[in-house]
Amino acid sequence: MDSFAYGRASGIEDALAEGSGPNTVFLAGGTELLNWLRLGIAKPERVIDLTQLTGLAEIARLPGGGLRIGALARLNDVALNDDVARGYPVLSQAILKSASAQLRNLATIGGNPFQKTRCGYFRAEEALPCNKRNPGSGCSALNGINDRHAIFGWNESCVATQPSDPATALVALDAIFVTVHREGERRIEATDFHILPGDTPHIENALRHGELIVGIELPAAAPHSAYLKLRERESYEYAVVSAAVALDLEGERISRARIALGSVALKPWRLTEAEHSLVGVSANDNAAIRKIIEGSFGEAKALTHSAYKITLAKNAAVRAVRLAARASP
Amino acid sequence: MSIGEPFSRIDGPIKVTGTARYTADLRAANMLYGVLVTASIPAGKVTGIDKGGAMLEAGVVRVLTHEDMPRARTPIAGPPFAHSFLPLQDDQIRHEGQVVALVLAESLEAAEAGARKVQVRYAPTKATMPVALAWPEIDRAAEPPRNTGYFFLEPEFSKGDAVHNLAKAPKTVATVYSQPSRHHNPMETSAVLALWEGDALTVYDSTQHVFAVQRGLAALFGIPPASVRVISQHTGGAFGVKGLIGAHEALAAQAARIAGRPVRIALSRANMYSFLGYQPRIVQKMGLGADEKGILTGITHDVVNLATVTDDYIEAATEASKALYATPTMWLRQRAERANVAMPTAMRAPGEGPGMWALESAMDELAVDLGMDPLDLRLANYAETDPATGAPWSSKKLRDAYEEGARLFGWRDRPRFPWRDGDWIVGQGMASCLMGTFRFPSRAQVRLRRDGSAVVETGTQDIGTGVLTIFPQIAADVLGIPVSAIEFKMGDTTLPEAGPTYGSSSTMGVGAAVLAAAQDVRNRLARMANLSPAEVCMADGRIGRTGAAESFSVADILERAGESEIVGTGSFDPTKHGAGYSMRTFGAIFVEVGVDPELGLLRLRRAVGSYSVGRIVNPRTARAQLLGGIVWGWGMAAMEQSAFEPSLGRFLSKNLAGVAIPVNADIPSDITVHFVDEVDEKASPIGGKGIGELGATGVAAAVANAVFHATGKRIRDLPITPEKLIA
Ligand SMILES: Cc1cc2nc3c(=O)[nH]c(=O)nc-3n(C[C@H](O)[C@H](O)[C@H](O)COP(=O)(O)OP(=O)(O)OC[C@H]3O[C@@H](n4cnc5c(N)ncnc54)[C@H](O)[C@@H]3O)c2cc1C
Ligand code: SF4
Repeated sequence: MDSFAYGRASGIEDALAEGSGPNTVFLAGGTELLNWLRLGIAKPERVIDLTQLTGLAEIARLPGGGLRIGALARLNDVALNDDVARGYPVLSQAILKSASAQLRNLATIGGNPFQKTRCGYFRAEEALPCNKRNPGSGCSALNGINDRHAIFGWNESCVATQPSDPATALVALDAIFVTVHREGERRIEATDFHILPGDTPHIENALRHGELIVGIELPAAAPHSAYLKLRERESYEYAVVSAAVALDLEGERISRARIALGSVALKPWRLTEAEHSLVGVSANDNAAIRKIIEGSFGEAKALTHSAYKITLAKNAAVRAVRLAARASP
Repeated sequence: MSIGEPFSRIDGPIKVTGTARYTADLRAANMLYGVLVTASIPAGKVTGIDKGGAMLEAGVVRVLTHEDMPRARTPIAGPPFAHSFLPLQDDQIRHEGQVVALVLAESLEAAEAGARKVQVRYAPTKATMPVALAWPEIDRAAEPPRNTGYFFLEPEFSKGDAVHNLAKAPKTVATVYSQPSRHHNPMETSAVLALWEGDALTVYDSTQHVFAVQRGLAALFGIPPASVRVISQHTGGAFGVKGLIGAHEALAAQAARIAGRPVRIALSRANMYSFLGYQPRIVQKMGLGADEKGILTGITHDVVNLATVTDDYIEAATEASKALYATPTMWLRQRAERANVAMPTAMRAPGEGPGMWALESAMDELAVDLGMDPLDLRLANYAETDPATGAPWSSKKLRDAYEEGARLFGWRDRPRFPWRDGDWIVGQGMASCLMGTFRFPSRAQVRLRRDGSAVVETGTQDIGTGVLTIFPQIAADVLGIPVSAIEFKMGDTTLPEAGPTYGSSSTMGVGAAVLAAAQDVRNRLARMANLSPAEVCMADGRIGRTGAAESFSVADILERAGESEIVGTGSFDPTKHGAGYSMRTFGAIFVEVGVDPELGLLRLRRAVGSYSVGRIVNPRTARAQLLGGIVWGWGMAAMEQSAFEPSLGRFLSKNLAGVAIPVNADIPSDITVHFVDEVDEKASPIGGKGIGELGATGVAAAVANAVFHATGKRIRDLPITPEKLIA
């Protein structure tokens, strides 16, 4: 990796001032940033360490219900927090199925959604043709090795997926990212955080340069929720496909459903159509649920080798609805 | 008695606490760090290299290219070199990832930064790439192998007219099995530190064979082997990738000579996927012919593996069919599909590992067709003698292994149909295990001191298998002293020459040499005490006639003789043991898997491995080897593959984040490793045979057979990943 200057932010103001300098990145747990530096995916001149900022690692109840999780909270601390584990099992499970215990002790919840795709072309030790890594160099995966790539929302400029598990759960929970920037604070809906490739696949999220996530707000608890992660090995592996589901139930009937699929697009993919149709359906009516979910895959489009992921994603969503319905508060 | 006792590893504490020193931990005074620049195209020529940018990096001392390197003094042809060409000897590019320059710097960071700034210009030529995975295309691309030194066994064999017998057989199987290229992925990436003192070279290396490195480098520089010393204290896993001399070992020594300073090259993980060996893609066409009762009338086994444009490494998968079943006819053929790829090499359980995947899957298909229990089909075709040569076995207790394994698993009482456990469908499968026996000459020396301590010396290497524990155990057993009183010196070419640490050969060869050296000490001592060597035994620092009450203290005998120690030497010469016998190791593996067909998931629930391998020196380290083999086999079955990108001519992911290998969570605790009670005195005076690889054979077939049992899906292309299970 190339040399860079390192500085520690002493407070939020300082972080925002330093962070908006040219070619500057933030450092939280460092578990993803270090990979980029080693691979040459990022070549910052300055790295601003956020870990000394105080007050950003707390998990607190919000007055009107819901939780606020500080951006610097470590993944394991979030997953094992009682309020999270009881009220938002989908998030707790998504985190515990991420990475390894060691990484989760270091990685932060605020840094997690910033992780980049696992596309092998993008992550190579030298720059291969890849629009995300070098805009205009082409997408090698489009007609290459793409069996782990997108089935939703892709175009010819990039067919990669966003691999974050926690982000998928946060989208299903309608979480809000609370940010600060020199030009003002914002509240960004989790589903608007990641952006589809368009003509600029190297732009991955809605944040402005130097903008800082300070917290993540979760609305009212979602005890009937579950996260299902499919992968060929049992642990320490990214998903082939994942499904995050949160249900509101009245008896056995579904009164509200939220479903987000992970690792199927460059953002967690909400199955909005299915969510509407599931209202009023019995959570035990597997056939009806399957029919509704299968019907909501109209926009799914396979690549040369990713068609199986469409079947897998449908099955995962159906199964995750069942798991969520059975989750006992 | 210490042979047969389950000692825990003597080297365990230093390894788990990180105090064991591996090659990349070593630093020599004034040392330079070397980082390699590799080709980004698979075929063509280097037309120019601009070193300017790299030389501007602070700390970069030199950039070496083919224009700077001395020519090899002896042609590099075949082993001990891993490839019969050495990079930086000319401007030709034979494969992507070939070394094209070496940057030397005062620090690793500077060398890495420099390497990124080296600008290489190429004139690409059309590369030959692996053909698509379909038998007709593979068959068309395949060529008869050329022997440049990398067939370790004969590529063709036939007995009787197997093709005719298959055509006539009432029951036949004709199927194709395939598996992708896979890398060894040892935890420690290869590393080497080379330093010259005048014309004498010392090399610290991560290797499976210090003496091969010594001979190869001596030839490279045209100096006597005695001028080259190779030291390897610990090798952090190898599995075959450190068996022969890789480019980095030669380049470090050449660079150290040019620079006049010690040079250390510690490979990156990407380097391991760039120019070191791997198990190539293997495609196998199996044919079985049998009568209505399942008695085999013929086996045909046609194998094609990926090889390079310069050398044909031949993956001897047909060894499985050559040795496992009593068949009157067999037709076995191995061919190479040549492409501009890096040179493959042997990987844990070469030959039989892939071969048993095909043979034992095909046997299961035959059993299903016949409606026969797969275990009964195997017993019906049991080979009492070597089916290829008719020679007797040195020892074979496979029948016991089958029966005892079946009992431990509950195979005979198993449910005939798969059953459900929640969303999982549970299925069971079995396969035989088989591995060749490789033995190499070895020597050892044992010194017994007056104070009752001893030193065992032999130039073997520690690749993590447990030899640091079992060789002292063997000597302790003869000398009647505790293992803790033994100092074991190994991994150095100044010690008595031992064979390589591959081919599951160490216990037989090196172990027998240590045994003989310890016996030599005992014999000398007996003579000093006026006892007949044939009748003595030693215990608690004393020697006496076996069974007699009277014994003499070793210290007294040495003191009287005015000696501070007794030196014994021993050797193992494979030609003197077991001539005329066929030697193999055998076993059976039974597995239970769960398949979630909707979610494409496959998980191992339990396994029993039962083995016929001769005498077990240490049940604990032996179990670890076989268990490790089963895990290795699970990886092959369920996930491992190094995806090759033909349009770029490279392995796509050159890192462990893009290549899955099993983790602890994949391996259930319910795995039983069982050894049949057996001593094979013909293979080696130790009475044991090799165990490092056997456990890895048969597992992939047993898993695929269990998947078939569970789902009715016959998967013939490894690994068994979600897309194949939900298809
Ligand atoms: C081997 C491995 C396996 C993994 N497996 C999984 C997995 O299975 N599932 C999964 O979801 N993840 C996985 N991960 C990803 C891991 O969860 C992320 O690396 C981690 O969450 C990132 O958090 P961090 O604090 O370390 O971020 P850093 O590496 O410190 O930062 C990453 C980026 O985010 C920016 N950033 C960080 N915090 C903020 C903030 N508060 N505001 C603005 N910008 C910020 C930084 O500037 C930087 O650009 C894996 C990672 C590794 C290394
Ligand atoms: S899919 Fe995206 S990340 Fe992968 S090669 Fe194409 S452009 Fe690059």
